[in-house]
Amino acid sequence: MAKATKNRFKNTQHKKSLQLTMLALPAMVAIFVFSYIPMAGIFIAFKNVNYEQGIFRSPWVGFDNFNFFFTSSDAWTVVRNTLGYNIVFIAVGTLLSIIFALLLNEIMSRKVLKAYQTMFFFPYFFSWIIVAYMAYSFVGPYGIVSGWLEDLGVNFDFYTETWIWPFLLIFINIWKGLGYTSIIFYAGILGISQEYFEAAAIDGANQFQMIRKITIPLLMPLITIMTLLSIGKIFYSDFGLFFFVPREIGQLYPVTQVIDTYVYRMLRQSGDIGMSSAVGLFQSLMGFAVVLFSNYLVKRVNEENKLF
Amino acid sequence: MALRAKLPKILIHLVLILFGILCIIPLISIISVSLSDETTILKNGYSLLPQGLNLHAYAYVLYKPVQLLNALKVSLLVSVFGTVVSLLVSAGISYVLSREDYKYKNKLSFYVFFTMLFNGGLVPTYMLISKYLHLKNTLWVLILPYLAIPWFILILRTFMQKIPHSIIESCMIDGASELRIFFRIILPLAKPGLATVGLFTLLQYWNDWWLSLLYIEKESLVPLQFMLYRMINNIEFLTRSTNMMPPGMNNVVVPAETARMAMAILAAGPMLAVFPFFQKYFVSGLTVGAIKG
Repeated sequence: MAKATKNRFKNTQHKKSLQLTMLALPAMVAIFVFSYIPMAGIFIAFKNVNYEQGIFRSPWVGFDNFNFFFTSSDAWTVVRNTLGYNIVFIAVGTLLSIIFALLLNEIMSRKVLKAYQTMFFFPYFFSWIIVAYMAYSFVGPYGIVSGWLEDLGVNFDFYTETWIWPFLLIFINIWKGLGYTSIIFYAGILGISQEYFEAAAIDGANQFQMIRKITIPLLMPLITIMTLLSIGKIFYSDFGLFFFVPREIGQLYPVTQVIDTYVYRMLRQSGDIGMSSAVGLFQSLMGFAVVLFSNYLVKRVNEENKLF
Repeated sequence: MALRAKLPKILIHLVLILFGILCIIPLISIISVSLSDETTILKNGYSLLPQGLNLHAYAYVLYKPVQLLNALKVSLLVSVFGTVVSLLVSAGISYVLSREDYKYKNKLSFYVFFTMLFNGGLVPTYMLISKYLHLKNTLWVLILPYLAIPWFILILRTFMQKIPHSIIESCMIDGASELRIFFRIILPLAKPGLATVGLFTLLQYWNDWWLSLLYIEKESLVPLQFMLYRMINNIEFLTRSTNMMPPGMNNVVVPAETARMAMAILAAGPMLAVFPFFQKYFVSGLTVGAIKG
């Protein structure tokens, strides 16, 4: 009797997990096809692919593709640009997002808050192509800023000056993402129980003390997740930012070419499949290694905050 | 004294207003240029306020807009269909991941979120889609790759985790199947999360140029953003098949600079119009929680 009940229980349990699995199945299939199958394709990085033989029959060449990339003069530039920009984006972007989230949290009027949020979210709505048009309307030959400079007697052609682009790209990237990330952090702050703040207020804590002792520590798990996820993408770039905004101006490549645009252009121009996939594999592996390492560091400091 | 107490508040508002203005100025500038007179622009350069208010650029862009309408049709179709399907697919797996009592929760969690940290790269993906799945130059290639985006799944799952388990349990006691619980109970309760992720997904599809850059060569399948990209250097793309000026504009300069900005406005406009409908749910729907199972 007891056994029968147990069996029936087991059966319904089994049926339940089966039904839940069915719900997850479509997404599982999509992820399998578009994420896992390509992972199996990393072997292309070790082949000298030619079209007559196809990718499976092309000869193996060991690490030749990697050698070819790392001995090229571009390798250092694109890796430096990718990492350099990302480090600045993560550091400045995260810091400003948290500051803006804290500032938004000080706004009491719902209407005003909504107005700010709406404005801050604007840039997120534009594709990089539209942002490129906007940038052009400021710094292009007929641009507003170019016009101002001209009024001051300075003739400055933004699209040929390399030194200005790191500043422009950092500014544009922060401008576009700040509204989005600050709202994520703001939502995180709203999730903190009001009781902490009330208790602190009774104990006579001022605003700054509450931020330092309550908001920031309780926001730390979210900050860590966001940062670790960005670190995992540190060898990748926002293709649109680097491809569209500085336009296809070769003169600017020393400061605008990143790994992603390099791989794309290499593929389009020379059709070098082996080397492109070698660079892609390098990106994936390095990003993965970096995130494993940072997760390990996080774990040592605070077990709670680890990503996985 | 009163001023000193208010000073921090004023400063906070000042910073927020300044950044707010910074966020909308570029939009104002391209709207102004699109409404300006081409010859004045060529003479004086762009400005934040329109110069010589007229609609020539829009008349030019919308005169015989065969390609424009086609691109709009592609973008609309892909965005609407893609968003609906993607939202259903993502909500399904997000719900399963939010269920503490699901047997394979940790394994599934790893399966989904591992792809945020490691991927096969551009070349294998490109080969798979073009050579093996033969999706190049189809509408499917603009939809399928974005059906299940781990980041959106993470947001949705975090939201669904906040739905009390007791609700689900009481439905089970009433004998409802998992599917029924999902469609009848979970989806309505997850509305803020669904609205937020729905908006992100809609934007992802509407603003996408990446998939068309890689996989679309056929003229009839070019979406709006990709068309805009090709016009960065060449406005003629727009009127190639109907190389004519609207009647009454024959003696006017081709409004190349202004028409480009008019196109940008037409491409960005619909999404800006859609935002207010989602805003109600926004902050509550946008919580991100831990990845670990």
